[in-house]
Amino acid sequence: MATVTEPAPSTTPTPPPGKSLPLTRRQRMSALDVKLSPYLYISPFFILFAVLGLFPLVYTLWVSLHDWNLIGGKGEFVGMANYAQVVQQEFFWRGMRNTFSIFLISGVTQTLAALALAAVLNQNIRAKTFWRMGVLLPFVIAPVAVGVIFNKMFADQNGFFNELLGYVGLGPVAWHAGVLESHVAIATMVNFRWTGYVTLIFLAAMQAIPTELYEAALLDGASRIRQFISITVPMLRPTIIFVVITATIGGLQIFDEPRVFDQTGLGGSDRQWMTVTMYIYELGWGPTKSFGRAAAVSWILFLIIILVGAINFWLTRRIASGDSKKVAAPAAPAPTQAAAPGAGAVASAEPTRKAAAANNDAKETTS
Amino acid sequence: MSAPPSSHLAGGIAGAGAARAAKRRDERIRRRKSQVGNRPGWVTYAILGVVLALSAYPLYYSFLLGSSDPVTIAQNPIPSLIPEGNFIDNAVRVISSDIKFWQAVLNSVIAATIMAVSVVFFSTLAGFAFAKLRFRGRAPLLVFVVATMAVPTQLSVVPLFILMAELGWTGRLEAIIVPGLVTAFGVFWMTQYLEQALPYELIEAARVDGCSMIRTFWHVVLPAARPAATMLGLFTFIGSWTAFFWPFIILGSTNPTLPVAIQLLQASYFKDYSLILAGVTLAALPLVVVFMFAGRQLVAGVMQGAVKG
Repeated sequence: MATVTEPAPSTTPTPPPGKSLPLTRRQRMSALDVKLSPYLYISPFFILFAVLGLFPLVYTLWVSLHDWNLIGGKGEFVGMANYAQVVQQEFFWRGMRNTFSIFLISGVTQTLAALALAAVLNQNIRAKTFWRMGVLLPFVIAPVAVGVIFNKMFADQNGFFNELLGYVGLGPVAWHAGVLESHVAIATMVNFRWTGYVTLIFLAAMQAIPTELYEAALLDGASRIRQFISITVPMLRPTIIFVVITATIGGLQIFDEPRVFDQTGLGGSDRQWMTVTMYIYELGWGPTKSFGRAAAVSWILFLIIILVGAINFWLTRRIASGDSKKVAAPAAPAPTQAAAPGAGAVASAEPTRKAAAANNDAKETTS
Repeated sequence: MSAPPSSHLAGGIAGAGAARAAKRRDERIRRRKSQVGNRPGWVTYAILGVVLALSAYPLYYSFLLGSSDPVTIAQNPIPSLIPEGNFIDNAVRVISSDIKFWQAVLNSVIAATIMAVSVVFFSTLAGFAFAKLRFRGRAPLLVFVVATMAVPTQLSVVPLFILMAELGWTGRLEAIIVPGLVTAFGVFWMTQYLEQALPYELIEAARVDGCSMIRTFWHVVLPAARPAATMLGLFTFIGSWTAFFWPFIILGSTNPTLPVAIQLLQASYFKDYSLILAGVTLAALPLVVVFMFAGRQLVAGVMQGAVKG
């Protein structure tokens, strides 16, 4: 069994269990087993990260300092020339503008919508799991699929949304031709896929808020709206900020949805919705095939994300120290926004078991 | 405990005795305490109904257009809620088009399955070490793992591409599978879970019985990790199934996964949205089916991750 499951590509000998060895040898092996196993078990992650995470990141810097072509390979060392070249490009700045604009539009609306929806779900509703599944459904649809579907719905002519707007007497919107219009359309796609996910994170955090607070508010005669503004939102602050950080890391790298917002994938005739990551792709794999410049833009974006992340972290610390609540370690910035479970970070944790006695809802969240 | 809390709730008890009112109030507070509260009114359900419709409609829209034909689509920007009968025809056209549909399906299945199994295995292994074993450097290494989650690795596509080209993996499935064999999130997730779910006594018992570390892992840790491992596997599968950027760059049209094939479909047949959206619907269907069966776990997974932190 042990040989079958031998996990790591390592030469370290783990003792074959079950074989009868002389006792002393066996004990020695066992001691070695105890000592080395932990390192062996964590090594796959560290090896993989070193080779395919850390090394490429550093190597990006190296590539960015060279004249480097997709086909021709490495050329001369050019120092900062690639950086100097790209920051003079109008498309670079347009990409920056579009990326931040889309991110801000989607981030703000998504957070507000998710907060409101979480408050609705945080009531004693029937068929809780059904509604929760309902909001999470879009999460299983690939961003590319979402992009293709919404591209059609947002068609400038004969489009679904323009037809709807026509019914209420609003003129057709140039969803593709316009700058802000296209950003709103793309932000809608992002929100379609992620709002439900973020809602469930907020919902979980809401359930962790001590009920004594609401009890006190109830006795003071506070309305539901008042409770939401004066208790729920402040108590959720660490979680909200955490969600924003995760969304930043993913949101600033956005590629899939804008890539399929039209069939050419260039980001519009005037690059009105071309994001930075799309620009990286175009530099490296488009007509110029310049890996050096693509790497330079990658590094610039990397530094921006780190900077924004650091600002957020500083903000989080400040706010967290102001509250009694601590913000725990972050959980889940996976692929795009957070394509893995978990993300929020409320230290006080699980809805109390005791309180949940009559409440099968908590069973779902703690089991 | 003097004034009745909020007016509209208290309305129903007007005229009743003070004792009864107090009882009701206590009742309400007790319920609030157990996070139950009163049953909300129809407005809540109306809001939820609208949200559910918004959640489900785009995919249904995709199915509606995928069941239609270009002429009907052009005439009706808002499709009739009853599907036309062309879905099978359109699906057949998708499959027989030159986007290599079956190959894309196979690639997506293989990549997502291998990555899900591998992430679960290696993450549980590392999680076991971090949660339950003592070794030098444990705490800083765990912090390091968590920190790597904030690294935007998507930005290292250029060197990754160079690396894969060196390995001869361009256009090959290994190029998308290997980078995702174990993730920082997986390790962190399993560490969190095993810390609270796996009692030391179990490990010690296995050790006393003469199990080696790896046997202990296989017979004690893996079974104990199952609930969290299932969720991790599900999320990894979904993540892999829906990934586009890296597969698009490294696989291209020669050996696509489903998202890459969808993009190809859109680029090649952009005039015929019945074809494109039939393809989109087909590609989305497997995960929708997974969602039907495992949606409950996914909901719990998102909420648990949020709460544990």
